[in-house]
Amino acid sequence: MSLDLDIKLRRGAFALSVQFATPATGVTALFGESGAGKSTIGQLVAGLIRPDSGHIRVNGNTLFSSGEGINLRPERRRIGFVFQDARLFPHLSVKDNLQYGLKRSHARPDGAASLVDFDVMVDLLGIGALLQRRPGGLSGGESQRVAIGRALLSAPDILIMDEPLAALDFARRGEILDFIVRLKSQLGLPIIYISHAIDEVARLADSMIVLDQGSVLAAGPVSEILSTPDIVGRIAGDGWGTLIEGRLAGQDLSNGLSEIAFPGGRIKVPQIHGGLGLKVRLRIPARDVILALGPVTGLSVQNALPARVEELLHGVNGQVDVVLGCGPTRLVARVTHAAVNRLDLRAGLDVFALIKSVATDRLM
Amino acid sequence: MIIDLTLTAGEVEAIGLSVIVASSACAIGLPIGVICALALSRGRFAGRVVLDGLVHLPLVLPPVVTGFLLLMLFGRTGPFGRWLEQTFGVHLAFTTSGAVLASLVMILPLITRQVRLALESIDPGLESAAASLGAGPFDRFCSVTLPLMSPGLASGLILGFVACLGEFGAVITFAASIPGETRTIPLAIYGALQAPDGDAAALRLAGLSILMGLSGLILAEVIGARLRRWVQGRERQA
Repeated sequence: MSLDLDIKLRRGAFALSVQFATPATGVTALFGESGAGKSTIGQLVAGLIRPDSGHIRVNGNTLFSSGEGINLRPERRRIGFVFQDARLFPHLSVKDNLQYGLKRSHARPDGAASLVDFDVMVDLLGIGALLQRRPGGLSGGESQRVAIGRALLSAPDILIMDEPLAALDFARRGEILDFIVRLKSQLGLPIIYISHAIDEVARLADSMIVLDQGSVLAAGPVSEILSTPDIVGRIAGDGWGTLIEGRLAGQDLSNGLSEIAFPGGRIKVPQIHGGLGLKVRLRIPARDVILALGPVTGLSVQNALPARVEELLHGVNGQVDVVLGCGPTRLVARVTHAAVNRLDLRAGLDVFALIKSVATDRLM
Repeated sequence: MIIDLTLTAGEVEAIGLSVIVASSACAIGLPIGVICALALSRGRFAGRVVLDGLVHLPLVLPPVVTGFLLLMLFGRTGPFGRWLEQTFGVHLAFTTSGAVLASLVMILPLITRQVRLALESIDPGLESAAASLGAGPFDRFCSVTLPLMSPGLASGLILGFVACLGEFGAVITFAASIPGETRTIPLAIYGALQAPDGDAAALRLAGLSILMGLSGLILAEVIGARLRRWVQGRERQA
């Protein structure tokens, strides 16, 4: 367990009362609307705000405990923090910014070494050409990469990223997201990723904590939470669908398709490059799932998954979200009320879920 | 009318003394101004309002009153004056050190204001970032806060220096006008105007005052702009 937290905080009308623990490795997303308290949690862990009561531990070290009277100063917490607005020191060069935390980590009594060497980090983030520049002249994406490098070089126990993509334009988001994915696989550092963008979380995170108005709504592996239709409906909005996680099980090169095996079936998707067994995460949008009562022929659709209707969720505008069980995996099909009546859809009915390969959205 | 531009020995002495007094007052005033600015903008203590008023008092009082108050406090019979004389054998009234003290008190509000403005323009997020990178409070102040407020420090220092050169009321009240001891440029001008044929001397020194004042303002502007460009991290135009 990397971050173990149980805190209460009240500031005016806002009350935060959360308790959770995150896995020792990988990316844990703190997800919620603005005002849900996710950024506040980041600042509490970093020691920038003091909770009213409770405890905060990272890798077994107590950073705060009202019971034991412990409240470490921010500079002694060894939390790498990547702020939304980068916060590079404007009077220092990129190189001096990167070395700011590095130098201070060398001076620490425990002499903790940085996870990676300076040159390796510069390479990894592709910022070699920027070293002599000043932050004022960097683009948003460049600044954020430098900020990530600066935090990592300070040899932290855990990295907190507070909406690191929020200030970037759409094109840069993908770029930084790729860097974070690379960091995640190359460094064994646990990362807390604060975000309100479900697609970032689905692409990046291994587990997630869903916050709502200062308390935990749900917590667990991303593949589990984002395949629970009623939670997805609440947090991702209509039509997001569900997430399925599987492994690359076969290639159909002549047709440009790959086959993914997931608990409950196999699905063909547009070609994915990679070795067999590669972990793949797909989003199946609810409006792209068609229901059929029996096997069908003469359609272009590549996938017909046998499934069983579990539940009908009636939405507005005559739309119905049909929750399907496909083995242990959940799918959602958004259909009209008229279709429900015509096919006499009800819980327990066996159907086929038709999914176009090109409608699947590969997240990971 | 032809004016002799050659400075007399007494005038040169007044100029040298002005520079010494102004430099000393600024050198002592800057750290005090920084401490006052820090206390006023970040401190949360009961006497904050009192300190604020005290620092800014010379700005709203007639300088002569400030000089008189200094005389009451630091004069031979004043509480601080007596203590200083008994403990260190130092007396301030009617000495160069006294002129420095009077100038210092007059420019402290100026310096404090400039430093405080600079301090409050710094994004507090940068200090949080420095803390998360392992820098303690003093380290943060030296490596982040101080460099970022350097434009304010520089302009405060230069403006303070220029203001010192023109300080009259408080200095003449507390330190009098003793040639070579406390007679700075404005006091020398005043003295020249009192003499029957002092017009030329007054004009020379007045011209010099204008020159020094203007150069000070320009210098403050240039250095301030340079430092601002530096702390904002903008790169030099290629």
